[in-house]
Amino acid sequence: MKLNERSLVFYATCDSPADNAGFLYKRGERHTAYHRRWFVLKGNMLFYFEERESREPVGVIVLEGCTVELCDSAEEFAFAIRFSGTKSRTYVLAADSQAAMEAWVKALSRASFDYMRLVVRELEKQLEEMRWGCRHGPACCKARPLGMEHSLPALPTVPPKENGCAVWNNVPSMDQLHDGCDGDTNPRPPPLPPRRRASSGDTGVAEISTFCRLHERYGREVAQLRQDWQHRQCQHRP
Amino acid sequence: MRYNERELLSLSRQPAEKAAEILMRVPKKGSVLKKRLVKLVVNFLFYFRTDEAEPIGALLLEHCRITKEEENVFSISFIEEPERKYCFECDSEEQCQEWIEALKRASYEFMRRSLIFYRNEIQKMTGKDPLEQFGISEEARFQLASRKQ
Repeated sequence: MKLNERSLVFYATCDSPADNAGFLYKRGERHTAYHRRWFVLKGNMLFYFEERESREPVGVIVLEGCTVELCDSAEEFAFAIRFSGTKSRTYVLAADSQAAMEAWVKALSRASFDYMRLVVRELEKQLEEMRWGCRHGPACCKARPLGMEHSLPALPTVPPKENGCAVWNNVPSMDQLHDGCDGDTNPRPPPLPPRRRASSGDTGVAEISTFCRLHERYGREVAQLRQDWQHRQCQHRP
Repeated sequence: MRYNERELLSLSRQPAEKAAEILMRVPKKGSVLKKRLVKLVVNFLFYFRTDEAEPIGALLLEHCRITKEEENVFSISFIEEPERKYCFECDSEEQCQEWIEALKRASYEFMRRSLIFYRNEIQKMTGKDPLEQFGISEEARFQLASRKQ
């Protein structure tokens, strides 16, 4: 399969900010020796360079559909990028420290385009609902100008669970949104991201639960990794 | 550049955001318009010979420019080589516009900008950071200040 390689190289090396970057040891495909490489994460693409100053990446790992796990390895601070499918390769990487490992695992497990899209849709929905609530609420804000002392009531907050994952069930009710709408001075939003055209019922409820499930899953993975590490730290203490 | 081809192949088989048979021309000397099955999945545009299971190629849609050319035609080019254009001729002007809109929004970078915008808007309206409940408010990629334009 051809790839627009030159553009990929540009994407990897241009000065757009990376989502994470650093040295990692990468286990070779055929031999189990680890090679130190400079890794750069941009979006759902994980590039790796021979050296930090190299002009072109040696390779790239497309992260869509992967899971990130701790793995048993003689190497300390090791983790694996796994794909489903019988013949898929597993990439085994190792960081220099616990903190670096955790940072990479967190960044990589949330790097997929799908995850980003779900988060964007959730926020888009929240914003739409807030504005729609303003227009149709009992004390419609269009009728009166608002002074600065009117602040929007906050959406109900759900305290985050320990792993940072929380269940989202805060569809705002009408009476919460009727004051404080700043409809006149809000700038217009960018065009909405594309909606997936699903063949069967793509209701808002389905989207929420899909996002929750996905987010739960990511959160659980990270929580599990942390737990495993903590367990191992206890074991290693003299 | 090495890449995980198996996973990319697998991605090309997943349900597409948009797919159609379109005439396509690659930016190579002497190339002509050919009928291709063009499929948009996440931020990749795959193109297949019709009735083949494996794509001929894939375009990563980051830092690209989507341009309306003449009637029914749009092109994709990449910012580091703006003269090299992948051209697509649609069946109708309507189809052409739909593809342009879909492709403009198909990049990770576009979504990131949208997310930051919505986050900011919601924060302004409610005083609360909507990313907090998802445990991702501290992530560098969602920060307003860090993005260079």
